[in-house]
Amino acid sequence: MTSNDAVAPTASTPTQPVLRATGLTKRFFGNPVLEDVTLELHPGQVHGLVGENGAGKSTLMKVLAGVHQPDEGTVEIDGQAQQFSHPIQAQQAGLSTVFQEFNLLPDRTVAENIYLGREPRRGPLVDTAAMRRDTSELLDGLGVTGLDPDRTVRSLSVAEQQIVEIAKAVSYDSRIISMDEPTAALADHEVELLYAIIRRLLDRDVAILYVSHRLKEIFDLCDTITVLKDGQQVTTQPASELDEGALVRLMVGREMSAFFPQPTPGTEVGEPLLTLSGSGNGYVDGVDLTLRAGEIVGLAGLQGSGRTELVESIFGVTPLTRGTLTLDGETTMISSPRQAIRRGLALITEDRKAKGLALGQSVLDNALGVVRSVFPGRTGEARTSMPGVLSSLEVAARSLDQEVQFLSGGNQQKVVLARWLSVDPRVMLMDEPTRGIDVGAKHAIYELMRGLAADGVGILMVSSELPEVIGMSDRILVMRDGRLAGDLPRGATEEDVLALATGADEHEEVVA
Amino acid sequence: MNALARLRPTHLTSTGIVYLVLVLVLVLGAVITAAAGRNFFSTGNISAILTGTSILGFIAIGQTLVILAGSLDLSVPYVASLASLLGGVTMAGQTCNIPLAVITALGVAALIGLVSGLVVAYLHVHGFIATLGMGLILSGYLGTNFKGSAGSAPRDFRLIGALNIGPVPLSTIIMLVCAVLVILLLRRTRVGHHLYAVGGSKDVARLSGVRTQPPIVLAHVLCSVLAGMAGLLLLARLSVGSPTIGTQGGYDLMSIAAVVLGGTVLAGGKGNILGTLGGVAIFAVMDNVMGVMQLNAFLQDVVRGLVIVLAVAVYARRNADLRPARFDRSRAPRHTPAPTTAGSAA
Repeated sequence: MTSNDAVAPTASTPTQPVLRATGLTKRFFGNPVLEDVTLELHPGQVHGLVGENGAGKSTLMKVLAGVHQPDEGTVEIDGQAQQFSHPIQAQQAGLSTVFQEFNLLPDRTVAENIYLGREPRRGPLVDTAAMRRDTSELLDGLGVTGLDPDRTVRSLSVAEQQIVEIAKAVSYDSRIISMDEPTAALADHEVELLYAIIRRLLDRDVAILYVSHRLKEIFDLCDTITVLKDGQQVTTQPASELDEGALVRLMVGREMSAFFPQPTPGTEVGEPLLTLSGSGNGYVDGVDLTLRAGEIVGLAGLQGSGRTELVESIFGVTPLTRGTLTLDGETTMISSPRQAIRRGLALITEDRKAKGLALGQSVLDNALGVVRSVFPGRTGEARTSMPGVLSSLEVAARSLDQEVQFLSGGNQQKVVLARWLSVDPRVMLMDEPTRGIDVGAKHAIYELMRGLAADGVGILMVSSELPEVIGMSDRILVMRDGRLAGDLPRGATEEDVLALATGADEHEEVVA
Repeated sequence: MNALARLRPTHLTSTGIVYLVLVLVLVLGAVITAAAGRNFFSTGNISAILTGTSILGFIAIGQTLVILAGSLDLSVPYVASLASLLGGVTMAGQTCNIPLAVITALGVAALIGLVSGLVVAYLHVHGFIATLGMGLILSGYLGTNFKGSAGSAPRDFRLIGALNIGPVPLSTIIMLVCAVLVILLLRRTRVGHHLYAVGGSKDVARLSGVRTQPPIVLAHVLCSVLAGMAGLLLLARLSVGSPTIGTQGGYDLMSIAAVVLGGTVLAGGKGNILGTLGGVAIFAVMDNVMGVMQLNAFLQDVVRGLVIVLAVAVYARRNADLRPARFDRSRAPRHTPAPTTAGSAA
């Protein structure tokens, strides 16, 4: 109690906290990802949780929800100490979590999803009529109309799915609901709908823990804000004492390190390699961009802003259907990844395990995967040079025959790079190239990127880590809602990027 | 709410497609049969088609259950053979032995399904492997202990295979009663709902507080019992039990084909019994027409193979890439529910 004086509720609501977490600490493999975090949630109030990627927001939510168990610290609900070993226990204690990834069965109906595991019964049979009626009442209570309980979740829009997810959390009669970026995949007009639902929950004295990267939402909704950085609690303050600028400074608040290698001397930005003009499809729209030889362009934006979709569209995974694409001065179409590879493009995928590697195959087979399938004539040559390439990347593997699933994340990513280097791409699309890998491997990959740029390769790098975007990019493109929101030169700050990504720039203009 | 539902284009469900295909096959069959100078809709022919549905029907209903739960059962032909033998030997031609024989045959079948189910649910062996192993074990047992047909069904039991009510064979009626019970199980019991959930995503089911093992075990037990019933029906028709009757019918792959033809997703979590019955009926009609036309065995298999592959290709197209688009200009903007305060949805 004495340790969280800063968490005093706003004067208008002198309530008892419904949840109190004290001194929460969580370590993964000895690395602290959450250190001594203390917060209180009050009925009828929204507590905002902000911080950069990797600041520990999701970990905190998962600890509260019972997905992870804290190494130190306590969680109390209504003054009673709780220890959850499974999310179901947290739900029974009145705490539900809406996770970022949906926990719904796409082929079951709205009603079946909401009451899964708790189907109402009459005698031995499930009372489907009651289930449907209860679902309608539940949705009505949230102010949602026109969502048929009998529709399958697959047929719903993302916003509607998000509503079902929230309705499911509410249906447990939860007094505490935590939401992890509930608006990440929503368009602006859909966010309003979510606001309306949240206000209804607050009227019922539900306490809400709200994680979002969109600062405007944080100020629209929250009574109190907690800022996390590198697993530590920077501050917890009433929202009225903060503004967007102050919040961004608190979130970023670190010196740019000399961690990122400078461009290799002699690197020249040359001719345009890849140009998009007015390009779009179902996932991105109106994209104009130019990538030149020797250039590293960062592609920043929030979760769900369409960055991955853009690089996948360029690479022909979901081909572009509008606008023109120019490669080496020649207007062309790329309708499949195979065509993209033949024309000198490479894509390092965001999800290395699912899309980047065949985990059960050997290092060598993985490294030769692309050459073999697209340029079979060059396989022999690549096979001869591959041991050299792998050792120059310092891949730590027992042998070339070791299965890649037994390598560390950093070494796996190096194998992915070797796989693409063997086809000499001119344009490399890198989606989160350093996600989930250790610092040493990160540095090696940065050096490699600089080296490739010096050789005249153009690199378009998607990254959620702002220091990486700023430290590595010659230029930064920022996406928002499937479109390019702006273009920033080298030397831009994290505040600049966040402002474009969240739309805070427009907001400020209105204020000013 | 209904007004909005009406605004949406009405999509044909996969079960709808199955029955549309069935109608198409029926019309085609009638025309072809008529061209050959025969009456497709004669009582005898309809009865023959329905008889053709009953055995595969039993097995395919069971197979639907295990596939919905995310598993598979390859041991069904051996279970059917074993049930026909156990039933025949226990009956030994005596009417008074029928109840004991049925209980023995179905009990052993249930036990086999229980073992497979436990292996799949608790040892996390995929159903494909677990039941492949179970099938091999049963096949070995049948091969060493029965050199040929054995046992004998009394006349009263043989009636099950021979009686007709109108044009409908008794065996088909029993199969349809089983189908109704299984539909009830899937739609109106908790374990039925959980079976879909476990097949759809074990993680989602577990996070919703569902115990994931019981539905899997139950699906395997019921599948095995239904295969046992198919075996007993074969016994009634042939009046003797046979160690090879199941494998001769190719019921393992044919039942999977019927389930998939019926629109059930092989990965589990989506599908229903009605679709499976439609799939079984399509096969029965095709077999009947091809029989009437005296198509040679090779061509019959070619036609069956083509139908299965084409059907699944159609379903795959329907399900391809359903990630919702952000900028879709070809379709009207998606309907989004609005807060009630904004007014009624008319």
